[in-house]
Amino acid sequence: MDEPQTDRRADLAGPAIAVRGLVKRFPELVAVDGIDLEVRRGECFGLLGPNGAGKTTTVEILEGLTAATAGEVRVLGGSWERDADSLRGRIGIALQETELYDKLSVRETVALFRSFYPRRLGVDEALAQVDLLEKQDAWVEKLSGGQKQRLAIACALVSDPELFFLDEPTTGLDPAARRSLWEIITRLKQRGRTIVLTTHYMEEAEKLCDRIAILRKGKVIALGTPRELIATLGADEIIEVGSEPALPEAAFAALPGVVACLPDPGGFRLSVQGIHETLPRVIDVLRQHGARPTRLATRTATLDDVFVELTGTSLEAEEAEAAAKRAAAGDSRKAKR
Amino acid sequence: MKFAESPLWQLCLVRWREMSREPGVIFWVFGFPIVLAIALGLAFRHKPPDEQAVAVAGIAGDPAVAEAMAAIEAIEGFRAERIDVAAAAEQLRSGKVLLVLEPRPAGTAPRITLDPTRPGGRLAEIAVRDALEHARDPAGRLAVEETVVAAPGRRYIDFLLPGLLGMNLMSGGVWGVGWALVLMRTRKLLKRFAATPMRRSDLLGSFTLFRVVISLLEGAFLVGFGILAFGLWPRGSWLDLAVIVALSALAFGGLGLLVASRAQNAQTAAGLMNLVTMPMFLLSGVFFPAENFPDWMLPVVKALPLTALNDALRAVILDGRSLAAAWLPLAILLAWGSACFAVALKVFRWR
Repeated sequence: MDEPQTDRRADLAGPAIAVRGLVKRFPELVAVDGIDLEVRRGECFGLLGPNGAGKTTTVEILEGLTAATAGEVRVLGGSWERDADSLRGRIGIALQETELYDKLSVRETVALFRSFYPRRLGVDEALAQVDLLEKQDAWVEKLSGGQKQRLAIACALVSDPELFFLDEPTTGLDPAARRSLWEIITRLKQRGRTIVLTTHYMEEAEKLCDRIAILRKGKVIALGTPRELIATLGADEIIEVGSEPALPEAAFAALPGVVACLPDPGGFRLSVQGIHETLPRVIDVLRQHGARPTRLATRTATLDDVFVELTGTSLEAEEAEAAAKRAAAGDSRKAKR
Repeated sequence: MKFAESPLWQLCLVRWREMSREPGVIFWVFGFPIVLAIALGLAFRHKPPDEQAVAVAGIAGDPAVAEAMAAIEAIEGFRAERIDVAAAAEQLRSGKVLLVLEPRPAGTAPRITLDPTRPGGRLAEIAVRDALEHARDPAGRLAVEETVVAAPGRRYIDFLLPGLLGMNLMSGGVWGVGWALVLMRTRKLLKRFAATPMRRSDLLGSFTLFRVVISLLEGAFLVGFGILAFGLWPRGSWLDLAVIVALSALAFGGLGLLVASRAQNAQTAAGLMNLVTMPMFLLSGVFFPAENFPDWMLPVVKALPLTALNDALRAVILDGRSLAAAWLPLAILLAWGSACFAVALKVFRWR
């Protein structure tokens, strides 16, 4: 590090990020529709939601890349209008889908980003933190998707920032690459850094985030720790059941222990409290109706179930719908960015 | 902070690495102008002027025809060939001969047929008349003292090489800066940089500095090629030449920056860059003097940055003039550079 870190203590008391009444209107849509958030120092905060929920727009406003239409944003005790220069030196960013220079080596890329910052880590240290030391001389174009993402994170952490913004860091990666990124992010957390993470993978949010805001259509529809959010279901377990012939909702909804019964592709998703009592009853129902189970699975409740409970549709379905809409619109909005 | 760790140096390194690691780019920067110069140099290589062909129409064995042919062959640079009278029109029309001379029976004036719109037609007529008169009256000719000059700098290749250098500096500046910037935008690198404390001036400075250095290399390379392959030594000062080349890097780098300042994708940018550079290939005196255009077009043609660059280059390379003598083209280049930078900075998009 080139500079002592005296001036940074002053505003350590307040929250890392405070957002009130945030609105962002584009000519053709309202991307962010009145969001209030507070991200505490040292926590990993997840912004969760399907594509088009307003995650990226929100994060880009927090990063100082996009101006808000309305609302108040304070980052590390400062504001983008007044303190942009110093704030940029104190945050680290991995944008969704940045392509770094193909013909630069990993090491050269990190050295380039390093040169922009007054306080910084050594290139070796940054590469070591993302396990890319052995790839340091490889050209960016030769890297796998996971390695590219790790390099993007190395470029963010080379300035030793107080606050990280990781926008969909694992989107499109295979499970192994995703796990290795989770490990790297966990290490950042352990070093006491504040992290804002956007993702549309519920599992990822559950694993990494201390608190989560679920976004949908530009609004926060739920906020809390993963445990709190799951607790709102009032159920610990999920039974997924489908049958041939299909049975009506009423057949399951009234069973003891069933907190909620929601239609699911191929059957129902029952939120259940006390699965040891409910599961035998479900099997009884199937037997009574002479129905053959096409699907019968139990698992613990996840954030995905919270999303279903809140929206009546699964995140996957929402994703697919959003993807179809984008395809129909010729991807006009994304292309314009 | 060590210089090697400064953003400006690191960004310059990026430019160098991107270029030097892309073999195709090296060809366009250094190989292409050389290939073009060699091709055109071969087509217009230095050789004795073509003999002008003149036909004598008549019957083989006719002494009048033989006499006329001998008179024409005696003219320096002329060649005579006998054809039948009937073939005369065809020979003229196809351009195989400049004129047709038909000696006619004594007492009748010889007939000369020519197309006065063909270059050299009228001159050939004068030469042929003179030769005939001289044959009739060998004593009646004015004595003159003739000195033949063969100074370098007046061949087509001499005219062409500075033009090719100018053209290359233009393409390199517009494409080198514009294309790289547009790719950085489509790849969201500009946006990523905008999220760092990097100063805009460092990014623009790296592009400008790199363009100046590469332009000087290109210039040295092409001028060196001219010396080696065609013996074309610049007659003016090398320093003046370097100043002109560096100034052109600012002008065309600025143009590239302006073209790329808002383009959202590579196709738009490529179209815009072609739109900007193509007219100058034709208008700005690369392959033929810009002065060939009609007078009413000249103010526009002369205000183009490539015309200004070519004028300045030729003034120094061919005429051995100083920078002071080429102040107007230099001022035009400077004006283009500053205007482009000023506008580009106002409208530039980081995303």
